[in-house]
Amino acid sequence: MAKTLFEKIWDQHVVKTIDGGPSVLYIDKHFIHEVTSPQAFKGLEKRGLEVFRPRQIVATADHNVPTVDQHLPIKDELSRMQVQQLIANCAKHGVELYGLGHPYQGIVHVIGPELGITRPGMTIVCGDSHTSTHGAFGAIAFGIGTSEVEMVMATQCLLQSRPKLMRINVEGALNKGVVSKDIILYIIAQISASGATGYFVEFSGSAIRQLSMEARMTICNMSIEMGARGGMIAPDDTTFDYLKDRAFAPKGAEWDTALAGWKELFSDTDAVFDKEIHIDAATIEPMITYGTNPGMGISVTGHIPSETEITETEKPSYLKSLDYMGLKAGSAIKGKKVDYVFIGSCTNSRIEDLRMVAAFVKGRKKSKDIEAWIVPGSKQVEKQAIEEGLDKIFEAAGFFLRQPGCSACLAMNEDKIPAGKYCISTSNRNFEGRQGPSARTLLASPLTAAVAAITGEVADVREYL
Amino acid sequence: MSNQSIHIVSTTAVPVDMENVDTDQIIPARFLKATSRDGFGENLFRDWRYNSDGSPKKEFALNDPAYQGKILVAGKNFGCGSSREHAAWAIKDAGFDVVISSFFADIFKNNALNNFLLPVTVSEGLLKEIFSAIKNNPSALITINLPDQTITLEPTGRKERFEINNYKKTCLLNGYDDIDYLLSIRDEIETFENRHA
Ligand code: SF4
Repeated sequence: MAKTLFEKIWDQHVVKTIDGGPSVLYIDKHFIHEVTSPQAFKGLEKRGLEVFRPRQIVATADHNVPTVDQHLPIKDELSRMQVQQLIANCAKHGVELYGLGHPYQGIVHVIGPELGITRPGMTIVCGDSHTSTHGAFGAIAFGIGTSEVEMVMATQCLLQSRPKLMRINVEGALNKGVVSKDIILYIIAQISASGATGYFVEFSGSAIRQLSMEARMTICNMSIEMGARGGMIAPDDTTFDYLKDRAFAPKGAEWDTALAGWKELFSDTDAVFDKEIHIDAATIEPMITYGTNPGMGISVTGHIPSETEITETEKPSYLKSLDYMGLKAGSAIKGKKVDYVFIGSCTNSRIEDLRMVAAFVKGRKKSKDIEAWIVPGSKQVEKQAIEEGLDKIFEAAGFFLRQPGCSACLAMNEDKIPAGKYCISTSNRNFEGRQGPSARTLLASPLTAAVAAITGEVADVREYL
Repeated sequence: MSNQSIHIVSTTAVPVDMENVDTDQIIPARFLKATSRDGFGENLFRDWRYNSDGSPKKEFALNDPAYQGKILVAGKNFGCGSSREHAAWAIKDAGFDVVISSFFADIFKNNALNNFLLPVTVSEGLLKEIFSAIKNNPSALITINLPDQTITLEPTGRKERFEINNYKKTCLLNGYDDIDYLLSIRDEIETFENRHA
């Protein structure tokens, strides 16, 4: 029988199915971080259990870490305690930890792929919604809550009902200045922040095929922002080339065996999806959000919807969001002054993102009114950026290259956007207060963020290429 | 934790008439630094409930003494965004047993169920009716009957059936949790592992 990519992987991982209920799904890899794991370890200990398969867990510290002076103790007491708790829990339960100071440390969804821990055909979970990122390798990867983290620690399994399946086909060539972040912001704007709830999404089509692994990760990363359980892309030569020789990728004969299996991972031609969406890549322009959910996106040359374009039920949240953002219904977004530029987060902090920004800002200078931060996703990205001399380019352009972590993606560590300020951010969420109480977030691609840093306002990067 | 259960909840409700309520609003990230599950209720909807100086925002329903009860009612796509289970803990800790919406985000729904907080999905029509009924009369009662899988808006008598997976229903009615079940089949999991490797 014809199967989708999702079904092939799912079927290989079902331990059993409860009559009229969920399936017991076996989990190959489990990533943990300091914020959503302490209560799970505690719960486990309360039940008198040990971690069932500690070698299938990898831990890192990312959310709470400062992005300057990482060699010093964390100043905030609660953050420091949470990170220390992770160290203690991992030591006690035999879990590998890439904590602060380790050459592999970084944002959990950046390090898994770059270390070759994330691989095609796997089931991967983490107590973090952007686990969907790992789906870019042709894996079933999704975020879970802390009770589920505890379940996986206790049994390496989860109870899951099979989600519905959606395929989003993006065909054609991308316009100049349009990158993968624009594709996903465009899709979410089209189908809304809840448009894929209940679905697992496979992205396919010629426009997806020609993307690099980094760019694919950006797309899968944000599939959660349209409500999807996860996103995935069938592995191909781009995937295999990326993985080959990574630290934990299989080597020698093991590589050959693995590769043969990975090549079977695609949706059969007559496989059936519950829903299919077709998108013409040529219609996508550089995108930016104006509101307080990621579905509120428009082209940088577009205008904020006026009240008449909004349905009755959407109105309260629409009006609240414009009020929060200090933006006017019906107005253009281009030319809007901004205060901060944040290039980072598990969406856009990989080496390719940094290269893209460096290539654009080389020989240019940031506007004097702008505070521009670049936060690499991991120690490895940071190292490579320095080896390639990108740090010099950023410095000359007036950008501040910080140390790896989640940083200003969420207002949990020291990096916050001040109240009322506008920040063009390459992260994934523009929720109220996400980057700091009363901070105003405009989500965009690294290119659109870079041009804003230079001009001091929302600009169309195509005019500068 | 497996020391609770839900059968019938019949109380007044607190309305949060807003769509796409994300978990960053339910519990902002800066409050996620605790390493235990307790005490999050205090900061439920923190930035909607309090001004930056800590004074309560009068117009927010949770601050209005007229609104009480164990049921929270919210607009479409409730609980979207971050997977933080702290959102479910905060709602439960603040004294709610049920959340009603016309649509829940997936991860939130699972987290809620794992904490004996019942997410009840109703039609858009009923949701509208509930909002107007409780705004007209904050003492309007809503009854959730889990064994029958029904919700009744008492003042109008409108009744609707809601969906819940049979397995989860059994868990909620009996106070079982998933870990108890998974632990009971560890042998089967190990057999699977041998095959899977
Ligand atoms: S970078 Fe942002 S979205 Fe990604 S894991 Fe960190 S906090 Fe979450």
